[in-house]
Amino acid sequence: MSRVITYAQALNEALAHCMDQDDSVFIMGEDVGRYGGIFQVTAGLQDRFGVDRVMDTPISEAAFVGGAVGAAMTGMRPVVEIMFIDFITVAMDMVVNQMAKMHFMFGGRAKVPMVIRVNIGAGRGTAAQHSQSFHAIFQHIPGIKIAMPSTPHDAKGMLIEAIQDDNPVLFVEHKKMYIDKGEVPEEAYTVPLGKANVVRPGKDITVVATLNMVAKALTVAEELAAQGVDMEVIDLRSLCPLDREAVLASVRKTGTLITADEGCHTGNMGAELAALVAEQALDSLQAPIVRVAGPDTPVAFSPPLEQAYIPSEQDLKDAVARVLEYL
Amino acid sequence: MDIPPKTVRELYRTMVVIRAFEEKVQDLYARGHIPGLAHLYIGEEAIAAGVCANLGDKDYITSTHRGHGHVIAKGALLKPMMAELYGKETGYCKGKGGSMHIADVNLGILGANGIAGGGLPIAVGAGLSCKMKHPGQVAVCFFGDASSNNGTFHESLNFAAVHKLPVVFVCENNGFGISVSQAQHQAITDISIRAAGYGMPGQTVDGNDVLTVYLAAGEAIDRARRGEGPTLLECKTYRWRGHHEGDPNQGGRYRSKEDIQAWVENCPIKRFEQYLTKNKVMTKKQMQAVWDEVEQEIDGSIEFAEQSPFPPLEEMFQDVLA
Repeated sequence: MSRVITYAQALNEALAHCMDQDDSVFIMGEDVGRYGGIFQVTAGLQDRFGVDRVMDTPISEAAFVGGAVGAAMTGMRPVVEIMFIDFITVAMDMVVNQMAKMHFMFGGRAKVPMVIRVNIGAGRGTAAQHSQSFHAIFQHIPGIKIAMPSTPHDAKGMLIEAIQDDNPVLFVEHKKMYIDKGEVPEEAYTVPLGKANVVRPGKDITVVATLNMVAKALTVAEELAAQGVDMEVIDLRSLCPLDREAVLASVRKTGTLITADEGCHTGNMGAELAALVAEQALDSLQAPIVRVAGPDTPVAFSPPLEQAYIPSEQDLKDAVARVLEYL
Repeated sequence: MDIPPKTVRELYRTMVVIRAFEEKVQDLYARGHIPGLAHLYIGEEAIAAGVCANLGDKDYITSTHRGHGHVIAKGALLKPMMAELYGKETGYCKGKGGSMHIADVNLGILGANGIAGGGLPIAVGAGLSCKMKHPGQVAVCFFGDASSNNGTFHESLNFAAVHKLPVVFVCENNGFGISVSQAQHQAITDISIRAAGYGMPGQTVDGNDVLTVYLAAGEAIDRARRGEGPTLLECKTYRWRGHHEGDPNQGGRYRSKEDIQAWVENCPIKRFEQYLTKNKVMTKKQMQAVWDEVEQEIDGSIEFAEQSPFPPLEEMFQDVLA
C-alpha cells in the first residue's frame, strides 16, 4: 500500500533520516527551529534533535552560509535553509568564492559537504524580491551541484543523496510545490544527482522541464496525445551535473527541443540546453528550439501581472504549435 | 612574565622564519621567479608567531591574502609552501591555489583567502564544529583593519557571540586597506571597541611586541577553550612593504618615507632581540645561528620549488568536484 505525503513532508523525512544516521548533519537557517521553517520543511525537527542541531540563525546569510562552509571543511555536514533564493545574494561571496572554490583551489585538500536549500518561483504574491527563479546563475559556477526535484518522491531521495554527497549542493525547491502530494516510500532511499528522468516517453517532440514545469508538460502531453502528437517529457532533475546524454538522445530521436523552466528567458537553463544541442546535435534538429520561460522582467506584485509572468500550460501548447509547423 | 624559555626561543625562530621567507619571496618576485601576486607580511611577524604559539594542530585558523606568516606559524612546511608560490605540482594545492590560497586542513589551516573578510564566517563554522564535536578546540580568525568594515565581520562576531563559539578574532591593524588609511576608512581608532557591540571582550595590544601578543592571545584562546565564547583582539602593526610586490614605491603614493622608517625602527624582531639579550635568554651568537639555519632551510625550499615540475594540464580539470 503506497503512502501519499507532501513535498515538504518528504523533505522533512529526508532531513530527519540523515540526522538520525549521522550526528555530523545539522540544520541552520532563519526560523528553522521552533517556527519549523517558513514553508514548514523543518517542522518538528528541533523538538526531536535539539537547538544545537536545528539552529535558528540571526538574519546573517553570509555568516551562516560561510559558517556552513567552515563547518563542512572541519567534518560536519551542514544543511542550510535560505528562506527565499532571493536572499542568497547577500551571501554570494560565501557561495561563489568560498564554497564552490575550496576543493579545487586547495588542490583537493578540503572537502565541503554541505547543502543549501533554496526555493524559487512566483505565484504567492510575494513580489520582486521573494519570487525570483535565478537558479541558472549557479550553473555558471563550476564546483556546485544543483538539484531540482519535481516530485515528493525525488525530493526525499535527492535530498538524502545531496546530504551524503561530498560536494556542495544547491538544492532548488519551488515554493508552490511544498503542498504537492505524491507517493513516497517510508524507508530511506536515494535518487542520484545528475540523472534526468524520462517521465513520459514519446517520439514526436522533446520537452525538457524542471520543477513544476514537469507536471504542466505532462498535462499538455496528455492533451496532445488525443490529437495524435506524442510528446516526450524529460524531468531534468539536476542542472549540475547536467545529464547531457539524456537530452541529446531524446533530441536525436524527435528532432525537436522545447525547454520549460520558470527562470527568466535570457540565460536560463534552456539557453544552456539550446547551446548544447546546437553544438552536438544540430544535424538532428527539424524545427527551431523553443524556450518556455519567465519573461525578462522582475516579478510584479499585482495578481494579474504575476500570473502573466508564470510560464503556463498555454505557453507550452504555443511552443508545441510552433514546433509542429516544421514537422 | 612566566613564559618558558623554550617557548620564547620558538617565538623568535617563528618570526625569523617568516621574515627570512618573505625577504626571499620579495627577491624571487622581483627577479620574475614567482608569478602572480605576493602580499608580504614583513613587519607583522609578532602577531602570527604570538597567536599561533598558543595553538595545536587540532586548532583551526583562517587567514588572509597576506597569509604566509599565519600558515608558517601554524606549522606549514616551507617546501610545499614555496612550491605553491611557484605554481608547482608539489605545492600545498598542487599549484592551483598560489600565494593567496595555501591550505592544509590536517594542520588546521583552513586556507589563506583572497577575499577581504572572507575568512570570518569560515572561522565561525570551524568554531561550530569545535563546539559540537570537539570541545576544547578553537578557531582563530586573522583579518585586517579594512575587513572590519565588511558585513562579514559584523555578522560573524554577532553569530559567534550569540552561540558562545570558541573563536578568537585577531584583527591585524596595519593602518591601511591597500592605499586607504584607517582614518579614511573608519571613524574609530581602536577596532576592539566594536567587540562591545556584540557582547564579547575586546582588547587592543601592541602587535609588534610578540610577548604581549602571545599573552593576550593566550588568554583569549583559553577563554574560548573553556567554552566562555569569542574575543576580539586587535593588534596594532604596520606593513613595511607595499600592499603587494608591485605597489609603486612600496606604498609611497599614500604614506611618507618617514612613517615607514619609524615603523621599521619599531621592528618586532629587533625589539625581541633586545629583550632576549637583555634578559639573557639567547646570545647574539645563538640568534645568528637561528638565522643561518633558517636561511638554509629556505634555500632548500627554493631548490625544491625550482626543481619541481609544473602540474600537467589535465590538473586544471581535477578537483572541481570531489
